[in-house]
Amino acid sequence: MLDQTEQVKKRVVVTGLGVVAPNGHGVNDFERALRAGISGIRKVPELEKLNFRCQVGGVPEGIDEKLSSYFTEEDLLAMNQAMIFGAIASIDAWRDGGLSVPERNSDEVHWDTGCVLGSGLSGIDTIASRLVPMINACKVRRMGSSIVEQTMASSISAKLSGLLALGNQVTSNSSACNTGTEAIHDGFYHIRNGQAERMLVGGAEASSPYVWGGFDSMRVLNASSNEAPEKASRPMSATAGGFVPGSGAGVLLLENLESARQRGAKIYAELLSAKVNCGGHRNGGSMTAPNSESVVRCIQSAVEEAGVKTQEIDAINGHLTATMADPLELRNWSRALEVTPEQLPYIQSTKSLIGHCLGAAGSIEAVATVLELQGGFFHGSVNCEDLHPEVESFANRIVQRTVEKPLRLIAKASFGFGDVNGCLLFKKWD
Amino acid sequence: MNKETFSKIIEIAKPFAKNKEALESATLESSFLKDLEVSSARLVDIILDLEDAFDVEVEDEEANNVNTVGDAVALIERKLAVAAA
Repeated sequence: MLDQTEQVKKRVVVTGLGVVAPNGHGVNDFERALRAGISGIRKVPELEKLNFRCQVGGVPEGIDEKLSSYFTEEDLLAMNQAMIFGAIASIDAWRDGGLSVPERNSDEVHWDTGCVLGSGLSGIDTIASRLVPMINACKVRRMGSSIVEQTMASSISAKLSGLLALGNQVTSNSSACNTGTEAIHDGFYHIRNGQAERMLVGGAEASSPYVWGGFDSMRVLNASSNEAPEKASRPMSATAGGFVPGSGAGVLLLENLESARQRGAKIYAELLSAKVNCGGHRNGGSMTAPNSESVVRCIQSAVEEAGVKTQEIDAINGHLTATMADPLELRNWSRALEVTPEQLPYIQSTKSLIGHCLGAAGSIEAVATVLELQGGFFHGSVNCEDLHPEVESFANRIVQRTVEKPLRLIAKASFGFGDVNGCLLFKKWD
Repeated sequence: MNKETFSKIIEIAKPFAKNKEALESATLESSFLKDLEVSSARLVDIILDLEDAFDVEVEDEEANNVNTVGDAVALIERKLAVAAA
């Protein structure tokens, strides 16, 4: 049993990674794609058929062929896509962490392991394709037994707990585009406070017109690059015309340092700090725009908690979606770290390659960040050759081509609807 | 008993039965829950699949009385006999 009265803050390290991204499934393919600047944005014919303004998106490929190596036939009868993406990334992270997937008929439970796996719009594909049409057709009797488990907000974590026999806290969070980052935050404190030895944390989001439609109707998606999908996601560009919707899952296996050492686990990085907050829709903040004051506070509190100096931060994996908020984000980073634009750490947008994976974005991008620390590289942000005039002063800090360079400390932030923010500080493990 | 009915029912239970060995050697006496290790929530799905496969309607009370493979065979044969009459 863990000693819950122990006051010492536990150190939290990353011992496993799993990723289902539009440009690669698994850490090896994903890292290769990041290094080479391979885009995962493609034409989505269904969106064209449905008369979407934006007809491109980031959809993970080749997943259907791999399902039988992860799931039983019965599992698949009760899993929608977000559950599938989330479970695959989690099982991959679990195995990557040197742990084995338990037998289904074993009664052993991992009492000291839990999960926080969220999504932005959970179960919406199941709601749209089965729940609503069948109820409206007076066929509620014929919906079967698996609607609740696929539409409840905790669908992703609830399924995973059964696949891996998790016995600690098992929950799903939701905070729009900050979901994946918030999940990492939540798991971090659970371990730091001695409540669990290890936590699988992250987010998952389905590839579905029902997930993306609301954003299309808000006119926040890029509708001007349907014939050039790989050019469509353009963070920090003068010709950025909105974000490109993405999907997938990113999961980190977080673990307290003693436990990781005891079992001789490979350690990727240390998570030094994690902070979330909200701008309260004041001071320029709203449902859809950030209160800069809260963004600055969030980043500064993460730096303070980490006990590092701002000058020690080598690089930033930004939120940077390719909307009008990009220039503001860069100014906020510069304010928060109290540096001039010319002094800002290197900055990148993983969304330039995979689009905005919504509830999965923060955690997929956190996987990218950890891979960069471990691999000694920083991937380029594509499609911003024509920098936005308002970010010109940051030009030397915006990395457009992958650089091979050992990095020690990277900050990762996410911002979401509801005026919510999250910031994580990862340190390379030596 | 119609052998075809029996094997169709076994086929329907297949994805839901956790004990595949017990399914292979199932008899009329095999219990869906105890022997084939079908989770109780999924019995609903087996009944729905039976309705589709045999084009019959099963009332809730009839469904509640299905414990063994034999119960399901008897229920379906009764339904089909009524339909044919």
